[in-house]
Amino acid sequence: MSSFWSIWISVISLGTILGCYLILRWCLLNKTGVEEGDDMHHSFDGIIEINNPLPKWWTIMFYMTIIWGILYLILYPGLGNWKGLLGWKSSNQNVQSLQESKDAVLQSREEAKTALFGLGGVGVEYDRELQKAEERFAPIFNKYAEQPIEVLANDEEALKIGQRLFMQNCSQCHGSDARGQRGFPNLTDNDWLYGGTPEKIVETLVNGRTANMAAWLPSFGEKGVEEVVAYTLSLSGRQVDEDLKQAGKARFAVCSACHGPDGKGNQALGAPNLTDNIWLYGGSRDVVTETVNYGRAGVMPSFKNTLGEKKIHLVATYVYSLSKDK
Amino acid sequence: MKNIHEVVEKNVGLLAIFILIAISFGAMVEITPLMFQQQTMEKVDGLEPYTALEMEGRDIYIREGCVGCHSQMIRPFRAETERYGHYSVAGESVWEHPFLWGSKRTGPDLARVGGRYSDEWHRVHLLNPRDVVPESNMPGFPWLAENTLDGELIEKKLRVFKDFGVPYTEEEILGAKDAVKGKTEMEALIAYLQSLGTALK
Repeated sequence: MSSFWSIWISVISLGTILGCYLILRWCLLNKTGVEEGDDMHHSFDGIIEINNPLPKWWTIMFYMTIIWGILYLILYPGLGNWKGLLGWKSSNQNVQSLQESKDAVLQSREEAKTALFGLGGVGVEYDRELQKAEERFAPIFNKYAEQPIEVLANDEEALKIGQRLFMQNCSQCHGSDARGQRGFPNLTDNDWLYGGTPEKIVETLVNGRTANMAAWLPSFGEKGVEEVVAYTLSLSGRQVDEDLKQAGKARFAVCSACHGPDGKGNQALGAPNLTDNIWLYGGSRDVVTETVNYGRAGVMPSFKNTLGEKKIHLVATYVYSLSKDK
Repeated sequence: MKNIHEVVEKNVGLLAIFILIAISFGAMVEITPLMFQQQTMEKVDGLEPYTALEMEGRDIYIREGCVGCHSQMIRPFRAETERYGHYSVAGESVWEHPFLWGSKRTGPDLARVGGRYSDEWHRVHLLNPRDVVPESNMPGFPWLAENTLDGELIEKKLRVFKDFGVPYTEEEILGAKDAVKGKTEMEALIAYLQSLGTALK
């Protein structure tokens, strides 16, 4: 803050306090020309006004608020660039990036040490809140982070924490029972798009996933799509027209690039297994046709910044536990 | 001498003027200096102007009254930052006209909703929120998927924002109409939502 604005704020603030004091003193003078306790000769409906001074208790409270205000401005940052004796701040607002925010935390911790004549100040309120939580929760998360997910999946406490985190962050798409819904995979059936090992689940959570199935209507044409759909449905044992199926099988060569020659999918690409009768978007002829026509682009967002590594470890543990015995 | 206080007491116009003067001291100290602070005028490093589509989405956000139930202001409390991410800073809002910080949270804060959900999730959720969040009390906005944008005003909108100091290039402004024409309001709103809060990197 420039010194102009610093002075501006200080002068007006202190001036206002001084003004309040002067007004109070002025109001305490008896300027009515009537003795204290005498009739002011205003009467209305039999009620008369007597010249009484401001109540003492009220006046004392007024003085106290003035003293309070001055003390506050000495201890806390209120007057322009004055940082306050306590070195208190609500948060580091003047940051331009996440890195600057981290740097500002360290810097303000240093500054807090020298506040209050070197006795150590309060520091940033928000940072204190975080540190307090860190002290309390970090040992818990650290303890779990050291254990492999396979082992942790039998730890009831860890699963409870994982479940709670899942409810807060994942249930919006995958449902509170983790069974998913149209377009959002069921996580309990051990049918994995990108792999269900603990490492793969963590990878999915950290980096997110972006599926990309192309639209085939332009190259296949309506008839071609009908054929491919017939063949695709036959892969999971559905009754389809034999001619369409045979024609579709020939076209499926293109599809097999991702879904594999036998249609069993490819977890490296997130291409679903088409033979297990588990459908992400629905398995009706209409929906499968829609999928082939226009493609699909399922997205799982990255939770690296939202949750951080240690919480992801617990969420992954919970997700892994849901289908490990299946 | 006539009691001066009595003059004020018996003249309500004069009383109002004195009250305004008294209140203005507060404004002069708390508001005026902010208009000249680097902290409130300098953008965060990662801030990009809204694309034409995001700008249309923002206007739909305003039109549908989203701000009535969703704030866009994460306060520096752990209880908020644990859920929503880093607290909001002034530099993220320097190009906002008007601010959509809001003050009512019937729904969650949206200041950093960008990237938290997939586009598809937003689409399903905006059509009927209960399809993905069974206990939600948010209304559905199915018409967004049916209404398409004609882009008639987008060029002007970007020009107005350029006048506010948002660095749109002439090329962006001239291409704005083509960029949004034919897109649905749903696409525009989702594009806007996905941009929220992503500037602080």
